[in-house]
Amino acid sequence: MTTTTKSAAPASSYKPDADGRLLEVDDLHVEFHTPDGIARAINGVSFDLHEGETLAILGESGSGKSVTAQAIMGILDMPPAVIPSGSIRYCGQDLLTMPEEQRRKVRGPEISMIFQDALSSLNPTFPVGWQIGEMFRQHRGMNKSDAYAQAVRLMERVAIPAAKERVKSYPHQFSGGMRQRIMIAMAIALDPAVLIADEPTTALDVTVQAQIMALLAELQEERKMGLILITHDLGVVADVADRAAVMYAGRIVARAGIEDLYAQPAHPYTRGLLESIPRLDQKGQTLAAIGGLPPNLTRIPQGCAFNPRCRMAQDICRTELPALRQVGQQQSACHFAEEVLNG
Amino acid sequence: MADVILKADNLFKHYPIKGGVLRRTVGHVKAVDGVSFELQRGETLGIVGESGCGKSTLGRVLMRLEEPTSGTVNFDGVDMYSQSGSAMRKMRRDIQIVFQDPYTSLNPRKTVGDIIGEPFEIHPDVLPKGGRKAAVKELLDLVGLNPEHINRYPHQFSGGQRQRIGIARGIALRPKVLICDEPVSALDVSVQAQVINLMEKLQDELGLSYIFIAHDLSVVRHISDRVGVMYLGRMVELGTEEEIYQRPTHPYTQALLSAVPVPDPTMRGKREQIVLTGDVPSPANPPSGCRFHTRCFKAQDRCKTEDPELLSRPDGHGEHRSACLFAEPRVIVETIDVTDLEPDARFASTETVDQDAFAGGDGRLPADATSVVERSHATGESEGPLDRPNDTHRLIDNDPAEKRDPSV
Amino acid sequence: MTETIAATVQPGASDDVGEARSLTQDAWRSLRKNKIFWFSVLLIGLFVLMAIWPSLFTNKDPGFGDISNVRERPSSAHWFGTDTQGYDIYARTIYGARASIIVGIMASLTTLLLGGLIGVLSGFYGGWFDALLSRVTDIFYAIPLLLGGILFMASFPNGPNSSYFLVVAKVVLVLSIFGWPTIARLMRSSVLQVKPNEYVLAARALGASPWRIIRSHILPNALAPAIVVATINLGVFIVAEATLSFLGIGLTPPAISWGVAISDALSAIRTYPHVLFFPSLFLSLAVLAFILLGDAVRDAFDPKSR
Repeated sequence: MTTTTKSAAPASSYKPDADGRLLEVDDLHVEFHTPDGIARAINGVSFDLHEGETLAILGESGSGKSVTAQAIMGILDMPPAVIPSGSIRYCGQDLLTMPEEQRRKVRGPEISMIFQDALSSLNPTFPVGWQIGEMFRQHRGMNKSDAYAQAVRLMERVAIPAAKERVKSYPHQFSGGMRQRIMIAMAIALDPAVLIADEPTTALDVTVQAQIMALLAELQEERKMGLILITHDLGVVADVADRAAVMYAGRIVARAGIEDLYAQPAHPYTRGLLESIPRLDQKGQTLAAIGGLPPNLTRIPQGCAFNPRCRMAQDICRTELPALRQVGQQQSACHFAEEVLNG
Repeated sequence: MADVILKADNLFKHYPIKGGVLRRTVGHVKAVDGVSFELQRGETLGIVGESGCGKSTLGRVLMRLEEPTSGTVNFDGVDMYSQSGSAMRKMRRDIQIVFQDPYTSLNPRKTVGDIIGEPFEIHPDVLPKGGRKAAVKELLDLVGLNPEHINRYPHQFSGGQRQRIGIARGIALRPKVLICDEPVSALDVSVQAQVINLMEKLQDELGLSYIFIAHDLSVVRHISDRVGVMYLGRMVELGTEEEIYQRPTHPYTQALLSAVPVPDPTMRGKREQIVLTGDVPSPANPPSGCRFHTRCFKAQDRCKTEDPELLSRPDGHGEHRSACLFAEPRVIVETIDVTDLEPDARFASTETVDQDAFAGGDGRLPADATSVVERSHATGESEGPLDRPNDTHRLIDNDPAEKRDPSV
Repeated sequence: MTETIAATVQPGASDDVGEARSLTQDAWRSLRKNKIFWFSVLLIGLFVLMAIWPSLFTNKDPGFGDISNVRERPSSAHWFGTDTQGYDIYARTIYGARASIIVGIMASLTTLLLGGLIGVLSGFYGGWFDALLSRVTDIFYAIPLLLGGILFMASFPNGPNSSYFLVVAKVVLVLSIFGWPTIARLMRSSVLQVKPNEYVLAARALGASPWRIIRSHILPNALAPAIVVATINLGVFIVAEATLSFLGIGLTPPAISWGVAISDALSAIRTYPHVLFFPSLFLSLAVLAFILLGDAVRDAFDPKSR
């Protein structure tokens, strides 16, 4: 295959700032207006992402981690979702106030996303090559055969065996791991600067999970992408992330470099999570559980949202919302963060 | 020892594949393809494997929800598959199952009382009618739920609470064996531990034997006494928890263990990773010889033709059963023995009562929490949800920072 | 996307302390708020009342024809006017409801029972039994309801002295014979959807009998769609009855029915449209009412809105 001028990406008009910062989320709020009331899915989330960095967003279901990703991608259904305040700046430009036309040009070439369920994310009625090629036809105005050629190149890149023969196969003809590779191929097609992976391996077996995570790491290295990894799996995070933010009831409750987060967690929730997971490399472990449940988002408890489940909770935790603040090398939103850290 | 409660011998379950206009059988999906093992009384046998390895089918065949294609199961001295009618029904009291999905395992149109009470309705001779409601309340209490909630419907409970209800139904008839098919894999991390602890408590109190089917190797290690590893309908390795996790001899077990991420960033890049190539072959058309040879990093020509049996093979320390011609032990996971370490009680607890079930609207414990404490004592709880002050000695006794130090 | 959100918003058993809410109660709760539901219930209530107790609405005799007063326009004496025989249209429209409502309700009930039974059995037992029942269902499904009705009624015509109830029973029979396959197919597929649920497996694991599994696990969870369609079908059957009567092979004069009235009115449709208008209006309203009710019930039971 000779390289034609068409495969060369047009120069992006977006440039990261001097620190290499790509994405800056500031005090983001997202609400869902449901028949049961207003569900406050995200309540003031701020973080940033730099070039070549892997940021893990950790949380359980309902913590708001997926909603955060969807808000960045601009794929929230509005209504019922409403974004009452906050900003999401990509290379300095606020995605939330940008005209939809312009935002569509960000989605795909600049920021792209892979989902947990590759089967339902791929259209069953079109060949996979056509779907990967769609990115090129839509955003680069390529013709059909060039787009197919690009699709083959990408499928080879994500190590799908016999890519040339399989480019016209349909999604159901691939295994789960292969479908996830196809999703990744689509996501990296236009060489985005930011890749958001929402539970990319949760539906996969461990041996396949290892393959996919290795592929993601390799691609990130190669393209210097900023990767946001959204997951509930503390093991996966420990393996690949540089930094992690722990979410609970729509807030970031802890943020730290990856080693600090595990070695010296500064929030009781993080501590509790680490106590509660069975570990492959330990025997005779006594599991300790965090009692209770994550709160209903339509009525998040007063004060610290974690207080009903927190065994350290004092009166102040039930009345005053702790801010995310610096504690040693990391940040924690706990009134007693120092005690937890030094505990 | 040697008190075997359940013994499966050469179990097969093949599903016909129908094709063509006449719906003739054109092949078979070999879901379970010659599995033998035994379950000791009071032990937990973990069954691990990836999706499609036949572990769930095995559970259903053992429950006789599906008839096996061939093979026998001897349950407490009785041949299970030769039982019929009332004898089989009676046998079902002794072997029960807990399912994976807390959302489809409870009938949405029945109250919790109906659901947990159904075993008594189906086996009316176990308990007179008048005692059933009390028995259901006792069961709710036993699994750490609020007995007051007997009239609620499943959709009013969270996933973890539903799983407790499923467990209560499973143990209602006081079975000897409980088959647990992925009982915690649909639950959130923080809730998983609650249910695992509950299951361990129930095992101690009721003398249950568990067959614990799961794909999560860490959970299986935690709960199991012995572990069987399945691949494409076969058991490829079977041994004690220590043998499987510390001295695995089968290449598949080794690859599986090496693929599990460990929640410890300091281990990054230091762990040995065996990356398998390709996907699991179709169980309709399994490879010849050793089924793993298409993905095995050790495969030789012999493996393509010779079908290795699950035999005791040396593991460097003693021997345990493995189905590999070239079985040799390899340390994949550096194991730390933490038996003596207690978790930091300030952040999480080992209690098995569901806090939320007793909580008021704001999720806090109710004012009459003393009754909860009494209740938890009555069910053999060492610590109720409220007796936090009693825990203080732990804070002094142990240095929590040391406990979590991953570099131990 | 929104579904996952809704799911995460839902849990929290601590919200509704002590109160038990079944899915049916939930459905009822949302039905109660639905204005269309109340509108259709009101209409259906009126029609049922007309069918049971027509004299409540009019004191005129629908069988009394005043030849000197034919085709009168609506007036205070005859609210809807009079028809070609000098009958009071208002009275005849009220009395005509009986045939439609009886046929609709009876045909719906029989198809629900027959189709439901066949659907449950073939869905639950499967195998050759299902194959056989499904083919039979398909054969009947292939015959259009109206064509089957016309063929049947034309083959077994009403004698001049056939009693009202015999004729009504015949119409119900023919609609049931050709109407059950819809319900059977629907029921079969919803049984197939419910059957693999783990609560059914759990009941089997406990040694529950097939009858018990069907009665307490399959039926309660598989019935809702069939009930919705049966309600909508009620309207369809009313139309079918009117059509058969219109064609002169259903109910025939002196029996009073909307179909008969429409048929009678046809001869003078250009000059006296009101003769046609009122029975047609009532027919349409009745059909509309049942279809709206069916829709409202479906919305309430739809799991996606839960």
